[in-house]
Amino acid sequence: MSGLDFLTTRLETALGWGRKYSLFHYPFITACCGMEYMSAACAHFDIDRFGAGLTRFSPRQADLLLVVGTVTHKLAPVLKTVYDQMLEPKWVIAFGACAVSGGIYQNYAVVQGIDRVIPVDIYIPGCPPRPEMVLDGLMKLQDKIQHQKQDWRWARKS
Amino acid sequence: MGQEILIDEFRSRFGEAVEGVSKSFGDDVLVVRPGSLRSLMTALLDAPFDYAVLLDLTCVDFTAGEGRFELVYHLYSLSRNVRLRIKASLPAGNPVADSLVGLWKNADWLEREVFDMFGVHFAGHPYLRRLLTYEGFEGHPLRKSYPWRLAQPRIPMKDKV
Repeated sequence: MSGLDFLTTRLETALGWGRKYSLFHYPFITACCGMEYMSAACAHFDIDRFGAGLTRFSPRQADLLLVVGTVTHKLAPVLKTVYDQMLEPKWVIAFGACAVSGGIYQNYAVVQGIDRVIPVDIYIPGCPPRPEMVLDGLMKLQDKIQHQKQDWRWARKS
Repeated sequence: MGQEILIDEFRSRFGEAVEGVSKSFGDDVLVVRPGSLRSLMTALLDAPFDYAVLLDLTCVDFTAGEGRFELVYHLYSLSRNVRLRIKASLPAGNPVADSLVGLWKNADWLEREVFDMFGVHFAGHPYLRRLLTYEGFEGHPLRKSYPWRLAQPRIPMKDKV
């Protein structure tokens, strides 16, 4: 291993460490899973312990999109717009059965999983998921961020 | 005056426009002719009936037969604390009913919803257009003839990954 490779690897590790502990999340909340999100976000379960405590209500300031609840076809363009407005690097968590797969709704109105509209990093199933599952999903995302290739030229995900 | 006496009086006043009276789930049910819906409702809004609140308006699609679409109105009287259910059957071909926006303001959105979901038109509605679905949606999703699970996306959807 040359000296330059060593430096790059160290830089990637440092970037990953910094990013995984400073996830500013944008809550895209449409349904009852929002109650479980509140529980996970507030003092009882407290996602601030994992560095994801800062909720941003502007997609431009966020780098983690939490899609919490049912997304309908009427709403799908809005979700796409919010995702497009976020700056790279960005990650997406599908929170709850509806966001993962459409859940109990297989009809004319509901998108059958938000991965049909935007790319998703972590899927948290459950109707609604327990806060422990949310924290587990968050830790898995942190693991993913730590071990993924840190791209500082912000290649577009599609 | 008791509710039963009022219902009897109403029936004798409007004669054939009231096709049937029954009771179900604790409330009186009137089955009426759709043609005389507006005059009946105007009478029910005034004293002595005083049904000041239109609680709900919805529709049922029975698929076959003459009266395919059945409109169901729920009225509530604040002064007498009683409810009343009104049903009117509409034909399958071109279901049209009188708009009640002039009597109850909230009939506006309720009628728009029924139009959106069932394709029932309301004559005299000021602004009858879709309420729940979006511009460009074709068909009426709660009709039994609407294809099962047919979605009409507004933006391109990726295949399931």
